[in-house]
Amino acid sequence: MSQELRVIHTEMLMELAHEHDEIMVLEADLMGSMSTGKFAKAHPKQFLQCGIAEANMIGVAAGLSAVGKVPFVHSFGCFATRRCYDQVFLAGGYAQQHLNIFGSDAGVTAVANGGTHMPFEDTGLMRLVPNSTVIDVSDEYVLRAAMRYAYHHRGVNYLRSTRKDLPHLYQSEQDIEIGKGNVLKDGTTITLVASGICVHDAMQAASIIEEKTDHKVAVIDMHTIKPLDVDLLVKYAEKTRRVITIENHNVTGGLGDAVASALLCSGVALESFCKLGVQEQFGQVGSLDFLKETYGISAGKIAESCLSILDKH
Amino acid sequence: MQTQAMQVPLDLRQIESFNLAIKKEMSQALLNMGYGHFGGCLSVTETLACLYGHYLKHDPQNPKMIDRDLFVLSKGHAGPALYATLALRGFFDLSWLQTINANGTNLPSHADMNKTPGVDMTTGSLGQGISCATGMAIGSHSNVFTIVGDGELQEGQCWEAVQFAAHYKLSNLVVFVDNNKRQLDGELADIQEPFDLQQKFTAFGFKSLTVDGGNIAEICNAIEQALATTDKPTAIILDTVKGQGLKTVVDIPANHHLRIDDNLRVALETDIAMLESKIEELK
Repeated sequence: MSQELRVIHTEMLMELAHEHDEIMVLEADLMGSMSTGKFAKAHPKQFLQCGIAEANMIGVAAGLSAVGKVPFVHSFGCFATRRCYDQVFLAGGYAQQHLNIFGSDAGVTAVANGGTHMPFEDTGLMRLVPNSTVIDVSDEYVLRAAMRYAYHHRGVNYLRSTRKDLPHLYQSEQDIEIGKGNVLKDGTTITLVASGICVHDAMQAASIIEEKTDHKVAVIDMHTIKPLDVDLLVKYAEKTRRVITIENHNVTGGLGDAVASALLCSGVALESFCKLGVQEQFGQVGSLDFLKETYGISAGKIAESCLSILDKH
Repeated sequence: MQTQAMQVPLDLRQIESFNLAIKKEMSQALLNMGYGHFGGCLSVTETLACLYGHYLKHDPQNPKMIDRDLFVLSKGHAGPALYATLALRGFFDLSWLQTINANGTNLPSHADMNKTPGVDMTTGSLGQGISCATGMAIGSHSNVFTIVGDGELQEGQCWEAVQFAAHYKLSNLVVFVDNNKRQLDGELADIQEPFDLQQKFTAFGFKSLTVDGGNIAEICNAIEQALATTDKPTAIILDTVKGQGLKTVVDIPANHHLRIDDNLRVALETDIAMLESKIEELK
């Protein structure tokens, strides 16, 4: 088991800030939730507490970028995107500033904070910022690679993640290239394309499907939702002819839509395509297992949906 | 018409002349275009003339000069006033003013740092520029000046930024409020009463003062007070008249954005001719 991703996030900020004076870390009264206090103590001149004022935090970050700094801002995913979208879009994207945004508690991982704090729309919003990068963190090393990428890649970079720990999928940061999906399991008859926490459930679902059928299931961790690894998708779509996407997000605007659009435009002929994820619903309080089950993204539900789709075709 | 390289700093009389030239060039450009944000452009030209004529450290030949002072036009729709200022200072040729809002232009209606030499921040969505200016002030040692509209202060983000700037005691930040008392839909007092702006800024922790925003000497004096302040940011409330300098514009109650018909064109041309005479008188 990895450490909590918030701890990794702070570690990475410390590592990057140690090497690069221009890094600035901005919090909107969620330092305690994100464990960035350690950073604030170690690098007080590179830390700004902005208070509960996300719109201003993004504006300040854009201003910092305009004078040569590299800002990393954090809030819960809803408040880091939806609440300050105009600021992200204009002061960040349109003004061509460097804005690294970490939206924590992606989707159902907001658990007990419930519907007000549960972003099922952040990926969609951030995909719509021209030239943005959108990453859904599935593992410690994805997070590390994504943060390093965010420092070096000038633009609006959005990382969504749970703050909690996730089992390891990779051995090191070198296993990750931002913009390239990772094939975690090869297969020949069906491809599961997942991101974030759903990658783990997709892997389990693949085992369930293979136990119950003769299908050979490929699983792709599409951690970078934008820019999307279209070549890999087309390769697996051609190979397996069946593609199912799984996301901890509304199926409108997220990974599923991105994959569907890319495959349709590629002209590849598919036997089946389906988007699993939140179906036009809002969030709610509950345990992680309950919420995954409710929104159809637990390993069991993923397997069930896949089997039903396979039966139909 | 060519831009003579202007030697700054200017004295008060020269700043006044610069102000009139900004009004003239900007109004002529909008007149040629047939529409524009006349009212709110005209109410900030005195302040722009003071900044670019005297107090703002900048170099038209090197717009991105590292240790320059920074200016953010938070009320981004006054872009044409800024463009006329920058052109007269020599950032680009005055002929560019004829391209405002033309297809593919470098001078869009709202200020854009990636298109126009000398523009330090992209603005247009009200409330955002002041936050960006605040970020620039905390991230640099430069003086950062910003102009917000009085109507713009209805955006909550402005007060988030004001709170932040005061908390961090950003004495290198100077916020001008263009208190022209009118916004697109009418008088501020009817739409959202702003109450006492100076008191509001003071309550937030700013040094705050009110000056006649049409009076060059008063604006200069206020800027000098702001620059001498070392423990807090300064707000300079500019008591302005929307459209000031062009009687025709002032007399139109809804002068936020004007579309110019033939009658208005004639009246504005007369006003612009008067500006020219005043500029001549000051020579």
